[in-house]
Amino acid sequence: MSDVISPEGVAASIARIPYARFLGIEFDVKGDELTLVLPFAAHLVGRPNPPYLHGGVIGALLEISSIAQIAAATGAKTTPKPIDVTVSYLRGGKPIETYARAHISRLGRRIANVRAEAWQSSRDNPIALLHGNFMLRREG
Amino acid sequence: MSDEKLPGVEYSGAQIDDPELAAEFAKLKGFFAPQTSAIGLRVTRIERSKAWSEIDWREDLVGDVETGVIAGGVLTTMLDSTCGAATQAALGKLTAMATLDLRIDYMRPAEPQRVIHCMAHCYKTTRSVCFVRGIAYHDDPDDPIATAAGTFMMTGEESYGSPDVVVA
Repeated sequence: MSDVISPEGVAASIARIPYARFLGIEFDVKGDELTLVLPFAAHLVGRPNPPYLHGGVIGALLEISSIAQIAAATGAKTTPKPIDVTVSYLRGGKPIETYARAHISRLGRRIANVRAEAWQSSRDNPIALLHGNFMLRREG
Repeated sequence: MSDEKLPGVEYSGAQIDDPELAAEFAKLKGFFAPQTSAIGLRVTRIERSKAWSEIDWREDLVGDVETGVIAGGVLTTMLDSTCGAATQAALGKLTAMATLDLRIDYMRPAEPQRVIHCMAHCYKTTRSVCFVRGIAYHDDPDDPIATAAGTFMMTGEESYGSPDVVVA
């Protein structure tokens, strides 16, 4: 993926996901790098005291990061559908801003194989990793 | 380790016939996890090693405006939380758990406007790790929307069910 990513295209792909707005997901594009940004919000917490982000929220951020990355790579106007995703949780999600970036390992005609990682204060210390397959276009 | 958390759901309306489990889960009175409340997840039933939950379709939880299908991430939260509850139900004790790994297979799209149900079964516990499977479905678990396989680790903390810990 060395092509420059269009911020307008990313905005459109995320706008097609109302749940991304529910979570409060934002994004940042620098050249060919797309980073999703999830500002901390009280409704994202799974365990209140001390507060940790819900694992489902972190999984969702990674999944939406993958979807946005695929949309940026293909330019498609439809939302890729997850087929299977595996999320490994490495550290608890602190009540601070969280980032996610996805890398497409293989972009096929129908399937995209994606890896994504989420981190907080340090990129070198990811809090969660995703590995998954996404369907590029609708079946049937 | 990872997102250490309470079972993560609203338990007050859940049917718990097992008296020991009922007494243990009653300790969570007043507890709610903000994210599970925010998406409207309800635990409906708990048995030894098993938990059931449900969630209503909502426009703001949709993952694709074209189809109105609920986002995969919502199912992730549902399956993670319900699997977590099943580990508590298997241990019979409110022990702090962290999700190590969760695999989700999306079998078919959830139908818009319909309630989604979830059942999770913790089929093996060891000294420190619990293995869980979960299914999300509309009417029939044999016709799944999504299935999950997860591993959870006990974090070694004693019960977090005491009110001073539970009430933020």
